Amino acid sequence: MIKIQDVCFGYNEGQDVLQGLTLEFDQRTTAIIGQNGAGKTTLVKLLKGLLKPTGGDIWVAGVNSKDVTVAQLAGKIGLVFQNPNDQIFKRTVLEEVMFGPLNMKVETAAAKQQALQALEMVGLADQTDVNPHDLGLSEKKLISIASIVAMNTDIIILDEPTIAQDAAGKRRIAQIIEQLSQEGKLVMTILHDMDFVAAHFERTIVMNRGKVVLDDKTREVFSHQDLLREACLDTPYVTQLGKQWGLPETVLTTEELISAMKRPR
Amino acid sequence: MSLIEVEHLKYRYPATEKLALNDISLTAEAGELIGIVGKNTAGKTTFCQALVGLVPHFYKGAYGGSVRIGGMDVKESGVDETIRKVGIVFQNPFTQVTGSKLTVYEEIAFGLEHLGIARQDMMERIDHALHLLDIEAYKDRAPFDLSGGQMQRMAIASVIAMRPQVIVLDEPTSQLDPQGSEEVFRAIQSLSREGITVILAEHKMEKLAAYADRIALLHEGMLIDYDTPSRVFSRSDLAEYGVEAPIYTRVCQAIGFRMLDMDTYPVTLEEAQAAYEAQHSAISASSQEEQGGRYD
Ligand SMILES: Nc1ncnc2c1ncn2[C@@H]1O[C@H](COP(=O)(O)OP(=O)(O)OP(=O)(O)O)[C@@H](O)[C@H]1O
Ligand SMILES: Nc1ncnc2c1ncn2[C@@H]1O[C@H](COP(=O)(O)OP(=O)(O)OP(=O)(O)O)[C@@H](O)[C@H]1O
Ligand SMILES: [Mg+2]
Ligand SMILES: [Mg+2]
Repeated sequence: MIKIQDVCFGYNEGQDVLQGLTLEFDQRTTAIIGQNGAGKTTLVKLLKGLLKPTGGDIWVAGVNSKDVTVAQLAGKIGLVFQNPNDQIFKRTVLEEVMFGPLNMKVETAAAKQQALQALEMVGLADQTDVNPHDLGLSEKKLISIASIVAMNTDIIILDEPTIAQDAAGKRRIAQIIEQLSQEGKLVMTILHDMDFVAAHFERTIVMNRGKVVLDDKTREVFSHQDLLREACLDTPYVTQLGKQWGLPETVLTTEELISAMKRPR
Repeated sequence: MSLIEVEHLKYRYPATEKLALNDISLTAEAGELIGIVGKNTAGKTTFCQALVGLVPHFYKGAYGGSVRIGGMDVKESGVDETIRKVGIVFQNPFTQVTGSKLTVYEEIAFGLEHLGIARQDMMERIDHALHLLDIEAYKDRAPFDLSGGQMQRMAIASVIAMRPQVIVLDEPTSQLDPQGSEEVFRAIQSLSREGITVILAEHKMEKLAAYADRIALLHEGMLIDYDTPSRVFSRSDLAEYGVEAPIYTRVCQAIGFRMLDMDTYPVTLEEAQAAYEAQHSAISASSQEEQGGRYD
């Protein structure tokens, strides 16, 4: 659904943040990981059309991004910003979440319906009249997810959705990603929580200094401890424990590790 | 007298009904590293703000009990006096940025200027903080042109540079890459070893288990427990408070690996490894015994 070829980008001339990226995205749940400043947020802003590549091409659903406006792309790609303050600007939670659909010319009643459904999904259906600015970071983050979900785009990009979430919040976000993916959407997620990536994503892309250094099935990616460490990352805690206990395979979840340990050896 | 003394602290935000902090009493000593855990809305951020006096001075609302830092009552003193002793890194780094400074360097200098630190000392402190957080390369960059993680690093650097007696950090590594987050925890630990008291609200239980001296477990504004990571994370009712023990602990609980005291479970990778080895030597000892029996 998205294809990028030799994409380059720099905020200032002579300093390329992205150095010739070529990638193809499909329906697999995909995690993007990489060190601070690697260019993850920059990449997704390019996909969303908020930034223009200085070189290379981006195709979204077969159309070159050079041939469409940001407004046209908005109907195809939803992006949840890393910082919810960049996204939230309405006075009530419901208005905030209805804004996207309304902006896409959805009828008021239907927009409200979509917004309420999305709020239900993130567990904030009882907060419709609250001012989002009075809520904590974890709730703001969930509101910005709901705002994007409500727009019902085919492609959804989440920039660090698990920031500030407790155990239940993370489980909820995992369910949302799963559900959106089952609806046939392309869901792409930037994360720093390696155990969360291991447990919930089929494909993992590792970025380092504006380049892709690994792109494979998640289990394969987390078998490369050295490469990950070079990229300022690490293997998940559960994988480290499995390795410490001498298991030959790369374990990705606590369930896998527990059943491997219970297996007679 | 302890460095931090919190007595029967109660607090309610304006125009709300529920107590955000409900009768919290605890003490912390100089050089201690205290982790604060609890589910979303447990009261971690509110408690952090109460330590620096933003609760009640900035937020207003209803306040009872007291917070004393080095004998100074936070409510009686102004925020200005309190921030000379207590520094805070906010949960959202964007909140921390003054918005009035043109570079990362000036941003970090801001707090030091406010304290009236001499120029030479100030420059040394800034360089040290920039280095510690690995953001030297961005010192001339505009603060809002940083990536999320770089901005979070800047927020931590600006508080560390002020060298307060107490540092309060509200989920300071939520946007850091795994190595950056490990480095920040190590830096925080070395500050605490220098005698600075660190209060750290976190959802990263594996990190707290490895670095915290004590854990305060909050739930609906109440202090449920205040004990070592081993004891708090081995509680069988932890899930009732919406908290998950470190992965090491959960796996060891599921397969029955305990610590030697038999009361607690491993909370770090090292402890999990030790428990595994203990289990193995027990198994090989008992199988030798069985064999010995057969030969008799
Ligand atoms: N507006 C801007 N002007 C100049 N440089 C910028 C700007 N925004 C980002 N950068 C720089 O571009 C690089 C990539 O930033 P980006 O935000 O894409 O990183 P990231 O991988 O998302 O990092 P993080 O994990 O910290 O969010 C960083 O070095 C950053 O400092
Ligand atoms: N500015 C505010 N006005 C009114 N109520 C508030 C405000 N800030 C927090 N609260 C409420 O106070 C309670 C405690 O919130 P607090 O932010 O301290 O929790 P927390 O443990 O830090 O949660 P999180 O893990 O989400 O950061 C919650 O019920 C919250 O809704
Ligand atoms: Mg980013
Ligand atoms: Mg908080």
